[in-house]
Amino acid sequence: MQWANAVVQGLLLGGLYALLAAGLSLMFGVMRLVNLAHGALAIVGAYLGYVLVQKTGLPPFATIIVVIPLMAAIGWLLQSTLLNTALNKQALAPILVTFGLAVILQNVMLQLFTADYRSIQVGDLAGASIQITPDIAIGVFPLMTFVVGVIVIAALQQYLARTKTGRAMRATSDDREAATLMGIDNKRIYALATAIALAIVGIAGVFIGIKTQFNAYSGDTYLIFAFEAVIIGGLGSLWGTLAGGMILGVATTVGAQLLPSSGTLLADLVFLAILVFLPTGLFPKVVNG
Amino acid sequence: MALLEVDSIDVFYGDFQAIYGMSLSVDEGETLAVIGANGAGKSTLLKTIAGLNSPRSGDVRFDGTSIATLPPHKRVPLGIALTPEGRRMFPSMTIEENLLVGAHKARPGPWNLESVYATFPLISDRRSRLANNASGGEQQAAAIGRALMCNPRLLLLDEVSLGLAPVVVQQIYASLPTITAQGTTVLVVEQDVMHALRVADRVQCLLEGRTVLEGTPSELTRDQIASAYFGI
Repeated sequence: MQWANAVVQGLLLGGLYALLAAGLSLMFGVMRLVNLAHGALAIVGAYLGYVLVQKTGLPPFATIIVVIPLMAAIGWLLQSTLLNTALNKQALAPILVTFGLAVILQNVMLQLFTADYRSIQVGDLAGASIQITPDIAIGVFPLMTFVVGVIVIAALQQYLARTKTGRAMRATSDDREAATLMGIDNKRIYALATAIALAIVGIAGVFIGIKTQFNAYSGDTYLIFAFEAVIIGGLGSLWGTLAGGMILGVATTVGAQLLPSSGTLLADLVFLAILVFLPTGLFPKVVNG
Repeated sequence: MALLEVDSIDVFYGDFQAIYGMSLSVDEGETLAVIGANGAGKSTLLKTIAGLNSPRSGDVRFDGTSIATLPPHKRVPLGIALTPEGRRMFPSMTIEENLLVGAHKARPGPWNLESVYATFPLISDRRSRLANNASGGEQQAAAIGRALMCNPRLLLLDEVSLGLAPVVVQQIYASLPTITAQGTTVLVVEQDVMHALRVADRVQCLLEGRTVLEGTPSELTRDQIASAYFGI
């Protein structure tokens, strides 16, 4: 029964991974930009939540309402200044620029908050759980994370499928030059995509801050998880990213059950196996433009 | 007054000059066909008008205003729409979604989903098909429809007949009078001279980046066109 429990916990953990990976998936999908600062930006979100709780006394979950527009604004600025310029250079430029950005962000956070681990306190909620069967208990907080992850992915999917701007984003992803011939300003679309991506990773950051302790360097691990979720799911597919997050989550918790000292080993092995046997991921985009 | 004036433009790809001091003008409501062999500079000309290339010298004026430095997405709201060579449909989107994207910066006018489907019966029952899975003819019809969705004053058509079966080319060209009847000015680029002559009020023949012959279809003889086309 402890295995069933591990699977359930893993599926819930997948919600957090999906939340972390959704923005990465969106940015890569829309502008083929590999954002190596994504993990560090999640931690920026976590610190924003932390500072808001400390300074204003906002309830931890209410900070999300403030973190979303702040991160979106950072994303818009970042894209319209630094990243749009980098995208116009050769292919390696965006990777180097986002790598450099990650280093800068880490060091700024280190200066501001020292290397001490922090976390966002939610009191009793952290340990609250619902007993399903004698052996399986679902934590209220992991369940919330999972539900938010699914809602965010579903909302983003609907936005891309149904709205005018969402269609413009997909058109730009398919063929940037043809999209400009439709009157679409691709720089604006890119800025919007990054704003959305950072808003989502900001939510993920607050959940990370509540779930666990973090410091300036915690982002690296999450960046790897986010990449793995995106690649397992298939590049460009949001539902794939959710599935990828859940597979990764289950592999982590089941792996921890097998080898308590190295829980993420199994997750990495699953990722490697997918990379070898299904290099396009589980749900590759059907169309290759 | 001319709606579009191209004033002695030079266009380069790196060191290679594709257009040499070319000029042309199109009046409102007129249909101009630009013909010429491969490499004559036809597509480069259209791309320069749409804003994908910028001329190194010379000017492009639309409705009296210079647009030579305007990026392509700012030319669409003025009423310039290009159906690019190779159609360039958005492959992961359905035909209908492609048309809707065409209306991203739509001006008021007669064109909407309904009137596009009525003009191109070829795609009216293919609305929910992915563009990637549509036939060449369906893609071409949809690409023209997509350009119309913004209600352009000037429609630029690049190589409509390329790679399509003659019967499909017929069907697509049959829709052109419906478009010009709305008062839309059309600049069509073609290798298929016969089709171009049939629809055009005026013809301009290019050879290696320069205009070598101009006139109305009725005043030009077959031999004149043949020698201008091939440069013999």
